[in-house]
Amino acid sequence: MIEILKKEQLSSDVYLMKLHAPHIAQSRRAGQFVILMMDDNYGERIPLTIADGNEVEGSITIIFQAVGGTTLQLSRMKEGEGISHVLGPLGTPTHIRKHSSPVVCVGGGIGTAPLYPIVQAFKAAGNRVITIMGARNKDLLILENEMAELSDELIICTDDGSRGRKALVTEPLKELCESDVPPAEVVAIGPPVMMKFCSETTRPFAVPTVVSLNTIMVDGTGMCGGCRVTVGDSTKFVCVDGPEFDGHKVDFNSMMSRMSSYKEQEKEHQCRMDALAKDHIKGGTQP
Amino acid sequence: MTEYREPALLSREADDIKDRLNLPEGLHDLKAKERAAIPQQEMPAQEARIRAHNMDEVALGYTESQVIVEASRCLGCKNAPCVAGCPVGINIPGFIAAAAQYKFDEALQIIQESSILPAICGRVCPQEKQCMQLCTLGKIKKDPLQSVAIGRIERFLADHGSSHSTLDSKQPSTGKKVAIVGSGPSGLTTAADLARLGHDVTIFEAFHKAGGVTVYGIPEFRLPKSIVSREVENLEALGVKIIYDYLIGRTRTIKELMEKDGYDSVYVANGAGLPKFMNIEGENLVGVFSANEYLTRTNLMKAYDRDNAATPLYSSKKVAVFGGGNVAMDAARTALRMGAEEVHIVYRRTEAEMPARKEEVLHAREEGIIFDLLTNPSRILGDENGRVRGIECLKYKLGIPDESGRARPEVIEGSEFQMEIDTCITALGNSSNPLVTGTTPELEVNKWGNIIVDENGMTSMKGVFAGGDIVQGAATVILAMGDGRIAARGIHQYLSNEAQPL
Ligand SMILES: Cc1cc2nc3c(=O)[nH]c(=O)nc-3n(C[C@H](O)[C@H](O)[C@H](O)COP(=O)(O)OP(=O)(O)OC[C@H]3O[C@@H](n4cnc5c(N)ncnc54)[C@H](O)[C@@H]3O)c2cc1C
Ligand SMILES: Cc1cc2nc3c(=O)[nH]c(=O)nc-3n(C[C@H](O)[C@H](O)[C@H](O)COP(=O)(O)OP(=O)(O)OC[C@H]3O[C@@H](n4cnc5c(N)ncnc54)[C@H](O)[C@@H]3O)c2cc1C
Ligand code: SF4
Ligand code: FES
Repeated sequence: MIEILKKEQLSSDVYLMKLHAPHIAQSRRAGQFVILMMDDNYGERIPLTIADGNEVEGSITIIFQAVGGTTLQLSRMKEGEGISHVLGPLGTPTHIRKHSSPVVCVGGGIGTAPLYPIVQAFKAAGNRVITIMGARNKDLLILENEMAELSDELIICTDDGSRGRKALVTEPLKELCESDVPPAEVVAIGPPVMMKFCSETTRPFAVPTVVSLNTIMVDGTGMCGGCRVTVGDSTKFVCVDGPEFDGHKVDFNSMMSRMSSYKEQEKEHQCRMDALAKDHIKGGTQP
Repeated sequence: MTEYREPALLSREADDIKDRLNLPEGLHDLKAKERAAIPQQEMPAQEARIRAHNMDEVALGYTESQVIVEASRCLGCKNAPCVAGCPVGINIPGFIAAAAQYKFDEALQIIQESSILPAICGRVCPQEKQCMQLCTLGKIKKDPLQSVAIGRIERFLADHGSSHSTLDSKQPSTGKKVAIVGSGPSGLTTAADLARLGHDVTIFEAFHKAGGVTVYGIPEFRLPKSIVSREVENLEALGVKIIYDYLIGRTRTIKELMEKDGYDSVYVANGAGLPKFMNIEGENLVGVFSANEYLTRTNLMKAYDRDNAATPLYSSKKVAVFGGGNVAMDAARTALRMGAEEVHIVYRRTEAEMPARKEEVLHAREEGIIFDLLTNPSRILGDENGRVRGIECLKYKLGIPDESGRARPEVIEGSEFQMEIDTCITALGNSSNPLVTGTTPELEVNKWGNIIVDENGMTSMKGVFAGGDIVQGAATVILAMGDGRIAARGIHQYLSNEAQPL
């Protein structure tokens, strides 16, 4: 059992949790993730990025969006309760370098969470970091203060203009590429479509662009091949070769269709689970 | 198709034979000729058309009378050729003779002197290529499948037995700490031997359950998980600690285990879990799975239990499985049980060359798996949504034997044809996962990434030993166990020498 040390709700369906995992806290680096499981027998293994960590306290932080069965169940857990299984740190750490021109970090929606340790690491390496954060509206923005504190410049975009610029993140990204000091490197993390268009934006400027892929995973150790993606001419396993890849080489279309493999099953499953939950409530109130 | 006969009927037949041959308790003086004339006892099994739709074990196990009769077939050969065929050298005539005299506990103890996982080996060992291949009775009958059914007797004894006396005889503590990477058959075997010798043993396992391939790969209908967990519990009773969710190479490296955590020796038994793909067009379409993924979802994650499990499984109507080994048979039979209407095994050689256990091939055929032999896929075809809609295959013929002695499959030019398929499962074998070796440059590996060891199981890194699939390449449960025993002896020797002041 891994104890939940702290829980906080960041927006309507986004949660932060601090977990007691000393071994993971000791070895984790920016860009790595964990796989967790809520139930020994019937649970599912889901990957979540390590958004932060504290070696002294022996803790790691995860930030997740409740989108389906397992993340919903996780969101209902309380401080002091335990999670059955947490495996990590997994994946290859981000390649952090010191550049002479700025590094631009782009986070879309929940993608801001995995971006956070990367911004931290680039900053610690002495880079000038410009962060672009995007969300549908102001209520869905997360980690704004933290990012503002870390970044040399923070650009906020919302789809509806409720905060910052009313624009997609690719707009300021393009402007930065066109500026006198174009970025030395761009890191973009968010929904696949966003990462795809960020990569398309930087391509004409030949600015190296790193994306972090969130494919479906089972083991996270290179054993099942379920997380594979086409990068350039080769097939890569996101869990061990990634999760970060050269955005100009990733075949996003095939990745997105692979991510939808279980859409129907998840939907049907969710309905069945909801029905089951209702039955329980009904059963409970009957004499 | 074989008609399965009722276990009760089979047992009655065995009773008749027992009476006819006058085999009362303890009395046993049949002539070799009489023994050879006893028919091999048929394994009771679930009816094919029923079992093809459930996850329950296919083979039901011998009854007591059947075991007595089958054990009475053994000629008790002085030179015991069968033993030479067993990678861990079980005293086969010894345990069979005990079984024939109803001394089931004693028989099990004899097995346990050499093997700690008889319930597993009795079910999954490729007996016809090992002990049964060399058995004198099989030689007489000119068919290794007609040898003494050694594995079936072993299975009965393991399931029947409650005695774990050899597991209990534990030496006083040596104060030495050993870390084991991986809880597959190899790691479990080494752990048992070392714990018995008094060492402090901790197994580190990446998954949330112990057993390696026996829990994530081999399906429930061939090896019930309860059997594996019973073996694991026995091990824990011996004082072996198992730490789950711990990935060596990421959570900690081998070097850190020794330098930071104070382990005196490490045994690397992380298996060969890197799935091979064919590098053909369409391999990354939706609906193409490695057997590892497909089987892990169904076994370890219990996707077969759709009402309870959170892990989804792809719904398939027409499935093609590529390969001809145990893994291919398991994937195909699982797909059938998961509701597929049509399941094909696509294999480029013939059935004679299939590496799978004969029994599994037979069972698969009985259940209605279609075998497309001398056939190999050349590309996978997708629809507009990136999902599999079919495969294109080529026909093959067998040419002259290659270095391995097996006939080389040759393409028949212009033989392309298409099959309508919605799911492809690749079961082409596994190569070694580079996570451990990649983070431990001190470990010397061969060109396939397998760790190189000496005759004691020691690697090029001092105090670090290795065995099982990571050394042998994808092999068998019993070979992995054999390696585990060699390494346990090697580690014990190493630790004993280390203890002597120089
Ligand atoms: C390396 C990696 C790091 C990740 N880090 C984070 C993180 O820090 N925070 C976070 O909130 N999420 C992260 N994810 C995504 C997270 O794993 C999924 O949201 C989660 O698996 C959904 O599980 P579920 O059972 O709740 O939903 P499910 O019931 O499995 O799915 C519900 C819906 O979400 C979609 N979905 C399923 N899997 C994913 C996925 N991998 N990514 C996006 N959508 C998916 C499905 O299409 C479905 O419609 C990461 C994924 C990867 C691979
Ligand atoms: C589907 C299938 C069917 C098979 N059928 C048969 C059969 O009928 N008969 C037969 O004899 N053999 C069969 N085999 C082969 C047999 O299962 C293997 O040869 C045997 O399990 C190898 O044992 P092992 O201990 O070396 O490794 P494994 O059983 O592979 O165990 C390795 C363990 O190490 C863990 N691990 C891996 N990396 C790490 C790490 N870095 N840190 C911590 N833990 C780690 C894994 O999670 C796993 O639990 C089959 C194999 C498969 C896949
Ligand atoms: S070779 Fe066959 S008949 Fe001879 S001892 Fe072994 S099992 Fe018995
Ligand atoms: S998740 Fe299984 S190989 Fe990556």
